[in-house]
Amino acid sequence: MRLSPSGLSVPGPSRRSLLRGAGGAALLAGAGVPLLSACGGSGSASDPKTVSLGSNASDAVPKKAFAEMYAAFQKQSGVKVAVNTKDHNTFQEQINSYLQGTPDDVFNWFAGYRMQFFASKKLATPIDDVWAKVGDNFPEAMHKLSKGADGKYYFVPLYTYAWAVFYRKSVFQQHGYEVPTTWDQLVALCKRMKKDGLVPIAFGDKDAWPAMGTFDQINFRLNGYDFHVELMAGKASWTDPKVKAVFDHWAEILPYHQDGAAGRIWQDAAQSLVAKKSGMYLIGSFVAQQFTNKADLDDLDFFPFPEINSAYGQDTVEAPTDGFMLSRNPKNKAGADKLLEYLGTPAAEAIYLKADPTVVAASSKADTSSYTPLQKKMYEMISGAKSLTQFMDRDSRPDFTSTVMQPALQKFVQNPKGVDALLSSIERQKKTIFASE
Amino acid sequence: MTTETTTPAPRAADEPPAGATPRAKRRASGHLRLLTRRDRVTLGLMAGVPTVLHVLLVWVTALASIALAFTTWDGIGFDSIKWVGLDNFRQLFADNPQFWPAVEHNVIWFAVLIVIPTPFGLFLAVQLDKRIRFSRVYQTAYFLPVVISMACIGFVWQLVYNPDTGLINSLIGANRPGHYIDWIGDPDLNLWAVLVAASWRHTGYMMILYLAGLKSVDPSLREAAALDGANEWQTFRGVIFPTLRPTNTVVLVVTIIEALRAFDLVFVFNKGAQGTELLSILVTNNIIGESSRIGYGSAIAVVLLVISLAVIIPYLIATFRKERRA
Repeated sequence: MRLSPSGLSVPGPSRRSLLRGAGGAALLAGAGVPLLSACGGSGSASDPKTVSLGSNASDAVPKKAFAEMYAAFQKQSGVKVAVNTKDHNTFQEQINSYLQGTPDDVFNWFAGYRMQFFASKKLATPIDDVWAKVGDNFPEAMHKLSKGADGKYYFVPLYTYAWAVFYRKSVFQQHGYEVPTTWDQLVALCKRMKKDGLVPIAFGDKDAWPAMGTFDQINFRLNGYDFHVELMAGKASWTDPKVKAVFDHWAEILPYHQDGAAGRIWQDAAQSLVAKKSGMYLIGSFVAQQFTNKADLDDLDFFPFPEINSAYGQDTVEAPTDGFMLSRNPKNKAGADKLLEYLGTPAAEAIYLKADPTVVAASSKADTSSYTPLQKKMYEMISGAKSLTQFMDRDSRPDFTSTVMQPALQKFVQNPKGVDALLSSIERQKKTIFASE
Repeated sequence: MTTETTTPAPRAADEPPAGATPRAKRRASGHLRLLTRRDRVTLGLMAGVPTVLHVLLVWVTALASIALAFTTWDGIGFDSIKWVGLDNFRQLFADNPQFWPAVEHNVIWFAVLIVIPTPFGLFLAVQLDKRIRFSRVYQTAYFLPVVISMACIGFVWQLVYNPDTGLINSLIGANRPGHYIDWIGDPDLNLWAVLVAASWRHTGYMMILYLAGLKSVDPSLREAAALDGANEWQTFRGVIFPTLRPTNTVVLVVTIIEALRAFDLVFVFNKGAQGTELLSILVTNNIIGESSRIGYGSAIAVVLLVISLAVIIPYLIATFRKERRA
């Protein structure tokens, strides 16, 4: 078993790893936190020819891809990148104390609220000057994602991937299914699949984050992007009838989800899609990693989550984006700026994408000729989107999503009745957490 | 705020030595003259270094986390610590849907350990004490789970209980749609499933403790009971079990500690999802990682501390009273 899915392309799960157990004992007293900040040291002193970079790319494939990128940068600029790689999970666990200590000049991070949080805490340096040079490389949506709450740029996106409903073309062909574009069609398709002896929607929520993906999709399809953002930012109320309606819709398709979901990891749910036991699977494109056989992978396809409210259609895509930030006190600011400029170019992205075919470039100028059909389709969906979301635990406060939303959604999946009590409990807890800002 | 956090610390730092010094002085005054200077330095170092470490790592941290329980803090910079009084506790008791289940599960954990594996461990110990053949082999076999780390036990049992590919569901055919038994996710089942794993380990632990206790029972007691015509059960109930009293106390304390510190097994098993919430897991979920609700998590830790103290203090009082009498 893998305690956490590998690769950079996976969103939330990494936080909830075994390592937390080990760190947990040390931190129980709370006083351990400032002590830990000493651990995030950077190796090199202020050498103008070196930029230090804190990386969470601990897996072999992305690590090598990043190394190639930095080598190309060194050849071009003569500035060496001293990479300080940490285990992907550990990096996320320690990010608070890492950024407060002596962080590297540049570090890997995620777009969205999680980036804005550190920007507003003054733990990151704005990079408007970098964006003045690379801004043209990115579509409007990426501009929006890279800005802090103060309107300044803090983030250089590298790659992105999409959440969608994945299915196997051969299964749809065999039974004569058509891709649903509306909610009613989706429900009808679920019923047909059940009759045909398939599990209509594969589902594994043991790690508690996959259910957040389902909520996101139904919410922005039904209530639109703006409401979704307000809700995630703690402004809209969870007891709003609009939110209740999301859960009503969810409850309608929940019986067509794979049962026993609370005990199943997402990889096992993906395997049921590989084995043609399930018809559809709402998940991120990293699901392709589970299709190890080339023929199976070629058979994999996806469609955007169907329209629920015609006012919003399918205008929003959940596309978590990973990239780089500049720490609060970079030792070599000039070099770091140069590096960030380079990372914002299509050339840098092309080097990375060669290694990881489950993601697409964040830049609209990147070379798409080497994309697989799946990547091409994903790229079109993302670039055609009116708005992009990042995923619940990147769009909202991580403490709120991990301590309130994850258990609440797991509870709903177990027992879809009693939504009202659940929502008022969420709202009460939300108020206290967001009030503590 | 900072004054509140710092003031209790030095006061407490004085406390343990204050309790310990009078006795140390009394003992020292008689022998001090016999000690060379070097001896005194050595003794000072040997007592001083552990004391400093103990005060720093146990008392200061414990008191700091008690102080933090009355604040909110996101872990970024000391100036972001805000005093909130009893708010954390109020929210915990009234609004946290996981708190009371967690308390309940910790209690169930203790009750199950004391009712099932403890008597069973005693039973095994009594059987093994009869010098049956291959006794050593059995001892080793039963004790092995205790040697394995809890995290590994959680990992192994999690494979056994896996709803799709696990041993149990595969054997009884419960891994088909519509027939699923979700041992790990179902909130009515998962606590019991994980307690089977915990009991499996605890039995071996109890067996070894009781076996050691039984070895120290004076054989002449058995002989006397046999001469009086007592049968095996009567001997056990009337003679052996009462002499195991010190062992029973140890067993009780060990079991309470096991119930309160239950964490690793469940964390690996299903990360304390609905049905298996535990106080220790709530503490980590709130403090570690990006969550950083350090004040709130500390409040949960303080609740855990209070429960532990409520159990440990009576035990310590009883023990010291006995020592004084002796």
